[in-house]
Amino acid sequence: MTQTPPQRPLRVLAAMSGGVDSAVAAARAAEAGHDVTGVHLALSANPQSFRTGARGCCTIEDSRDARRAADVIGIPFYVWDLAERFREDVVDDFVAEYEAGRTPNPCLRCNEKIKFAALLDKALALGFDAVCTGHYATVVLNDDGTRELHRASDMAKDQSYVLGVLDEKQLAHAMFPLGDTLTTKDEIRAEAERRGLAVAKKPDSHDICFIADGDTQGFLASRLGKAEGDIVDESGTKVGSHEGAYGFTIGQRKGLRIGHPAADGKPRYVLDISPVNNTVTVGPVEALDVTALTAIKPRWCGTAPEGPGRYTAQLRAHGGETEVTAALVDGGLTVTFDEPVRGVAPGQAIVLYDGTRVVGSATIATTTRRTTEPTPA
Amino acid sequence: MAYLDHAATTPMLPEAIEAMTAHLAVTGNASSLHAAGRRARRTVEEGRETLAAALGARPSEVVLTSGGTEADNLAVKGLYWARRDADPRRTRVLASPVEHHAVLDAVDWLATHEGADVEYLPVDRYGRVHPEALREAIARDPGSVALATVMWANNEIGTVMPVRELADVAAEFDVPLHADAVQAVGQVPVDFASSGLAAMTVSGHKIGGPYGIGALLLGREYTPVPVLHGGGQERHVRSGTLDVPAVAAFAVAARLATERREEFAREVGALRDELVTAVRTVVPDAILGGDPVERLPANAHFTFPGCEGDSLLLLLDAAGIACSTGSACTAGIAQPSHVLLATGTDPDLARGTLRFSLGHTSTAEDVAAVTEAIGPAVERARTAGLS
Repeated sequence: MTQTPPQRPLRVLAAMSGGVDSAVAAARAAEAGHDVTGVHLALSANPQSFRTGARGCCTIEDSRDARRAADVIGIPFYVWDLAERFREDVVDDFVAEYEAGRTPNPCLRCNEKIKFAALLDKALALGFDAVCTGHYATVVLNDDGTRELHRASDMAKDQSYVLGVLDEKQLAHAMFPLGDTLTTKDEIRAEAERRGLAVAKKPDSHDICFIADGDTQGFLASRLGKAEGDIVDESGTKVGSHEGAYGFTIGQRKGLRIGHPAADGKPRYVLDISPVNNTVTVGPVEALDVTALTAIKPRWCGTAPEGPGRYTAQLRAHGGETEVTAALVDGGLTVTFDEPVRGVAPGQAIVLYDGTRVVGSATIATTTRRTTEPTPA
Repeated sequence: MAYLDHAATTPMLPEAIEAMTAHLAVTGNASSLHAAGRRARRTVEEGRETLAAALGARPSEVVLTSGGTEADNLAVKGLYWARRDADPRRTRVLASPVEHHAVLDAVDWLATHEGADVEYLPVDRYGRVHPEALREAIARDPGSVALATVMWANNEIGTVMPVRELADVAAEFDVPLHADAVQAVGQVPVDFASSGLAAMTVSGHKIGGPYGIGALLLGREYTPVPVLHGGGQERHVRSGTLDVPAVAAFAVAARLATERREEFAREVGALRDELVTAVRTVVPDAILGGDPVERLPANAHFTFPGCEGDSLLLLLDAAGIACSTGSACTAGIAQPSHVLLATGTDPDLARGTLRFSLGHTSTAEDVAAVTEAIGPAVERARTAGLS
């Protein structure tokens, strides 16, 4: 097993968001001797002029920052309009998932459908060999020519979770020059500074890029309209009301606006969302404990594993690892946790690892809760 | 590199560079009364006379500006304000839909902020405004027209407008007609006096002069309301200290562009014809845009069905060929060209356009480079398709 060396110069299309990571990634690819072309993806039909704080990433200012970085690196730069594909494959899917009571991760979806599908397909058709991004993850080339996706060298910056949807074919054309970075984010910024990249001091983007103000509930409400319904406790007793069950996420505590406290006086969390009768069920934190789950639409990075296996699993972009036993059953995945985990929502992705290697991912469909003992008052 | 984007900007003529650099080291504000000022003023006024002679105007009709965009804004907004001030009924602005954005967006702004009623004149499939279309539009209510604006030649597809006939129609109704002649100068005969226009925009860097300078040729009976207020230079119509070296260089470029026009049209026109033939031979379904005859001699505009213009641009750029999709950009996001849409082109088809524009430095090697690269580029771009 060897690290992918740049054996020959490749024609590389570097996706440049206008942020510091993708700019440094493109610069490193160019420095490694590849023939790099920068491209900024216009993902919004009506981009805002300027970024507000750390939110969003598709403004005209970001486009200019990306172009300026490309000019400094000395590579050609273009803006590709993928707004329509992004709306269909990511934004509409995001809204539909919430409407169905699930909690989607649009970044995974974007990597699967946009960056390493729509963009990659177009790049390959135009004669490029690879798409380069600023993700922190590592591609390893095996002696037999197969490729593996691994966590970044620095676990604290690892982003392999959002790339867990890539299959081996996509991986064969992916380049992550930041994956072997053992430096801190400050050092990446210092590198950008050293390379003369003006984005060195630009704040990171955190939130969902197409919800510029960070108000996911407001965004969903504007798409789906208000639909008042009940908030009930585990016994079915109404404890409050809401303006749309779609606005909630399992494990959510804040924003429930339940008037009177629970009998035991402890905080209540969203346990279930039922879009059919527009009801949100709340209960104590213990009731969130999940012991097993099933997941659909598995995507494997390499060959699909046979039979039950022992893996570590990650359930959120910045979540920790947890030990599981997973097996393929009827094309779907069944996962049993060694220790119960909390805050698992249908719609989220579960990514399975074997050590640092990404084995595959699937979309969580159902969860099995631990039967909770009545908590003494 | 094969530079085939002269309509975006063309290299400065050596004579213009010489004139410019000669004046860069000389101090003097052309508005000052002392010797240094007089020397600067002399340079400016000689330049103005040269420009006037080259463009068939009187020196007093040359209003120097920072470029074509400013001249277009001054003509459109300034004439609108002045004409409406003289008679509040005059709120109609008649414009061709294939104008450059410097005109189109100025006209839009008048509609949004100044209560203008904008009417877009119909064009034929080559993007030409017919005199009868202008007559029909004015005659509907002649007293309400503030101005009409129709470009001399289109920057994307190269179609040349029947300016003289359009100006005759406008004159019948005493309506001022403005023409953006930025692309026309040096390629087709441009004579302000005989054109019958009220105002005409020209630009320095499209004819071998420097960036950042242009002029509005303005009939002496017109006093547009200024867009830039200040020291009262340029007939009190356009304030601002004049850029003496740029005026000198612009004048030289305009003189040479006019002197060399016939030769340019013949020689560059022949190269352009070779390019068109070559592209159509390699890509038989390529569609030539614009009027096949009444067009700029240096313009070749194509639509490649099934291709994204952006893809072609990228591939040709990688092959060392500089050209343009000819379409408008918002932060670099390609939109189907408003010119093609106005000519009735299908929006999907309109995304597959490329404009090759030749100029005074173009050679047979440039044409050969396109001939070699265009086939594989179109093939690749078709595989990539329309995203």
